[in-house]
Amino acid sequence: MSNVLVVAELDQDGNLRKSTLSAITLARKAEGALGGGFDVLVLGANTAAAAQELTTFGAGRVLVCEDASLAHYVAEHFAPTVAEVGKGYKLVVATATTFGKDLMPRVAARLDAAYAGDCADVAAEGGKLVYKRPMFAGNAYGYCELSTAIQVATARQSEFAAAEPSGSTSPIEKVAKAAPSGAAARVEYVSLDAVTSERPQLTEANVVVAGGRALKEKFFEVIEPLADALGAAIGASRAAVDAGYAPGDYQVGQTGKIVAPSLYIAIGISGAIQHIAGMKGSKVIVAINKDPEAPIFQLADYGLVADLFTAVPELVSALRARG
Amino acid sequence: MKILVAVKRVADPDNANRIKVSSGGDAIDASGLEWKINPFDEYALEAALRLTENGASPKKREGEVVVVTMAPKEAETTLRSALATGADRAIRVEAGDDDLDGRVVAHALRKLVEEEKPDVVLMGKQTVDGDSNQVGQMLAELLDWPMATFAATLRQEQDGSLLVGREVDGGVLSLRVRPPCLVTVDLRIVSPEGVYSSLTDPSFKYNEGVRFAPLPAIMQAKRKPLTVRPLSELTDVALTTKYTKFELPAKRSAGVKVKDVAELVQKLTEEARVL
Repeated sequence: MSNVLVVAELDQDGNLRKSTLSAITLARKAEGALGGGFDVLVLGANTAAAAQELTTFGAGRVLVCEDASLAHYVAEHFAPTVAEVGKGYKLVVATATTFGKDLMPRVAARLDAAYAGDCADVAAEGGKLVYKRPMFAGNAYGYCELSTAIQVATARQSEFAAAEPSGSTSPIEKVAKAAPSGAAARVEYVSLDAVTSERPQLTEANVVVAGGRALKEKFFEVIEPLADALGAAIGASRAAVDAGYAPGDYQVGQTGKIVAPSLYIAIGISGAIQHIAGMKGSKVIVAINKDPEAPIFQLADYGLVADLFTAVPELVSALRARG
Repeated sequence: MKILVAVKRVADPDNANRIKVSSGGDAIDASGLEWKINPFDEYALEAALRLTENGASPKKREGEVVVVTMAPKEAETTLRSALATGADRAIRVEAGDDDLDGRVVAHALRKLVEEEKPDVVLMGKQTVDGDSNQVGQMLAELLDWPMATFAATLRQEQDGSLLVGREVDGGVLSLRVRPPCLVTVDLRIVSPEGVYSSLTDPSFKYNEGVRFAPLPAIMQAKRKPLTVRPLSELTDVALTTKYTKFELPAKRSAGVKVKDVAELVQKLTEEARVL
């Protein structure tokens, strides 16, 4: 009998978002403590491919709720069904993307459950789950216990590795869509102004090249060739975003995206606390900055004090020369 | 339009270098930290003011802005400065941090909303101390209201609906919500074109950031109504989130400085093996 429910996230075209695999990893860690397995719930208008893909991760069942009203994610349409299905579980989880962060506290309120958001880890102590959460912009971790009958949590994607296929195949079952709440009648999906890019997603990339305000109007002119040479995603500091040099969804930091790639290259980024909160989990950090006193050098594995307008093109040439 | 803005006073995370954990590891020692209004809540207040005015004549409030906090008496300073910036009334719910968790706050706010009957509830998307990002969503569900979280833009349409641009992974998602509704705001809501009430000309541009209170308004704010309510009057929901331990993250130590690009590439290839 499964006691953890994972809520899957699909993109606009019905493809499974890889972020879901982090929530599955959290579920696998928690299920043992609760004495059972986990199920996955997929909601959407076109779920067949995603449901099929989800059968490979060891879930007891893959539950599918398919309905035309679920074509676009709107919390008021999703929450009633997630809560209705979630009633049968002890723990309901998703990944702390903007989808999970928007939906899951709403689901928690519907289940009269307490919520632990953006968890960095979960462990069992004396049969109880203890959630480890980053607080104060990642400058402290708090360990908390929830005492409601059902608990709801989200997993910080950069802290839970993507689950690997288990070798087994889970059965797929249909579930009915719950009656919509009154709130759903007063909200309307208008549009998604999606940023389309050939590059990997910032939160899922193996290499991230991020630029700061020092790049000024040459942000893309300098950063893009380097990102191309490394197959990297592009990030930006809040200062660069606020100054209008890079779009908002490039922002890495406490209030932007949290990333943990194998290699993070910070170009002209001084290293404000709120930026560091978003990238300090990276395996290897490189900083290029002409100010030797920049705080970023205090955590960079490799620092290069240089003028970025000459050093970055040089680095691009060197990488290209290696082939 | 009547707007209720929920705010919290937080230990300033920009002073995060001074965050300490008590010797037993069971509490955050905030003694070295400065208190300030949670920045996201400050932006929610600015958004509320912009929604209740014609941007060209911000001294005239079209509607009412009520600001509420749950905190000890010291936090009245935060409420007075919100009143000085333009809010009409303030409510302080008498409570210490140890009396509250996200679920308790959401339930207490529900009761206040039922009493006050605002058209819109605004608050920051999260507080920068607990970083929980939960109260707005929970409150919307308890009220059975539509919500738009992480708002970067707000447009009040002629029929009173709000067109909200939400910052989501990979772009901006627009929702139209009909009051009564709840909106939580993200940083960019205070950009020059962040918020337009139906009275504000679409070509109008605000100054970047939040407004500051002029001196006469600070004096005037002392006479604006501030009521105090006991938490027990609003909810009897028990605490269900308990923090048992805190720790500071492992410090990353500085690595090496390389002399040039060639050495950098060599280190990344041979030592770090990430290329």
